[in-house]
Amino acid sequence: MPKIKITTKPPHVDMTPMVDLFAVVLIFLMLTTTFRITEPGQVDTPYSVSESPILDFNIMTVVISNDGRVFFNVDNGPDTILKFRQKILAEMGGRYGIEFTQQELTKFGNYPASIGVPIERMKEFLAIDEPLEKAAFQTGIPVDSLDNQLGMWVLYARQVNPAVNASIKGDANVEFPVVKRVLDILQDRNVNRFNLITSLRSADVKLDEIPE
Amino acid sequence: MAEVAEQDTGKKDGKDRKKVKHPPHIDMTPMVDLMCLLIVFFMLTAAFTKAKIMEINLPEKIRDPNVEPPKIPGSRTLNIILGPDDRVFWYPGMVREEDYSNPPPLNETTYGADGIRRLLVERNRTLFKRIDDFQNDVIAGRINLPRDSIESEIRKLKRDDDTGPIVLIKAYKTSNYGNFVEILDEMNIVGVARYSFVDLIWYETFMVERHLGIATTTASTGN
Repeated sequence: MPKIKITTKPPHVDMTPMVDLFAVVLIFLMLTTTFRITEPGQVDTPYSVSESPILDFNIMTVVISNDGRVFFNVDNGPDTILKFRQKILAEMGGRYGIEFTQQELTKFGNYPASIGVPIERMKEFLAIDEPLEKAAFQTGIPVDSLDNQLGMWVLYARQVNPAVNASIKGDANVEFPVVKRVLDILQDRNVNRFNLITSLRSADVKLDEIPE
Repeated sequence: MAEVAEQDTGKKDGKDRKKVKHPPHIDMTPMVDLMCLLIVFFMLTAAFTKAKIMEINLPEKIRDPNVEPPKIPGSRTLNIILGPDDRVFWYPGMVREEDYSNPPPLNETTYGADGIRRLLVERNRTLFKRIDDFQNDVIAGRINLPRDSIESEIRKLKRDDDTGPIVLIKAYKTSNYGNFVEILDEMNIVGVARYSFVDLIWYETFMVERHLGIATTTASTGN
């Protein structure tokens, strides 16, 4: 009787299709994902039951950090080729008598996070590349009535991109007068409709739980 | 894509010839593990980073001094004052002119289901029930409407409402932004049709400070 030969080689699973699929999914997720932009100040948004997601573009955001500093952020509109950010900065420069070079405008256009720099120091801010040194310039945008730069940012953002939506991202612990000031500035520019950026929390009310 | 098959490179030294018979297999398990981890990471982060927004419309500022602000019936008015340390006060109606020096006391309540929400739902019962019935009808399939129309129907119910409270939200100077969002949130939960955010009037500052038992700073100067 011939001996039965048992193969000692372990069975081999061909993983090629699996790897292919994984690679496709991975590339898809990497391309579609948007990373959380780190704010220059600490901002813990309050909770609400609102479920509507934030818009993808045409947003200008006023950020209020927990130490009461005010930041401003605006996007490039539906397509980055429109270069709205650069145009807004150029307008701001024109208003305050500062001439920005094309290089500085491009740098501002590509800066991903909110800006909390008074316009007088914007040139220095844009010249620096080190993130830690940059952070020292983020003293907040002046909002008082003598030097209302936030109002100007809002004005030019709306002039450059009329479809822009205002939103406010505030820290839950920031004192109300700061928020009130921001609301007043927006209302002075005829922005009466805002989106408050919040985190989701569920709440439910049932009619039978309420006493007559 | 992933399999690397080694071709016979034409080496004919004699020693290595045996090796090329079976193409070497690259163990892809670590790569698959890593990819799995990355996929899980990206899926989780992609699903959770999207922030939510709450829409709010404020009344337009009246710049013309000749235009009077709109009058609202005092009987339907409910004033909510956001106080310091996450406290919240309310009083119904409005203060009559002769009571300015001695306004009615404030009631204190809490944020959340048992405090301010119960108060609001009790006052907003008719509208709340109407919206609730409508939504139940939609869920049960008695009313067949696309999603957009459901929202506009609810808006219509709110617009037609003439029994619910008119809520005036006011913020004392030491309240915080979280309180503000919280109270607007309650308005959305309860479905209050008419609410607005207005400035604190000087006698209300007085009422809050009397309630808190602190020395009045702005009794007559206004806020």
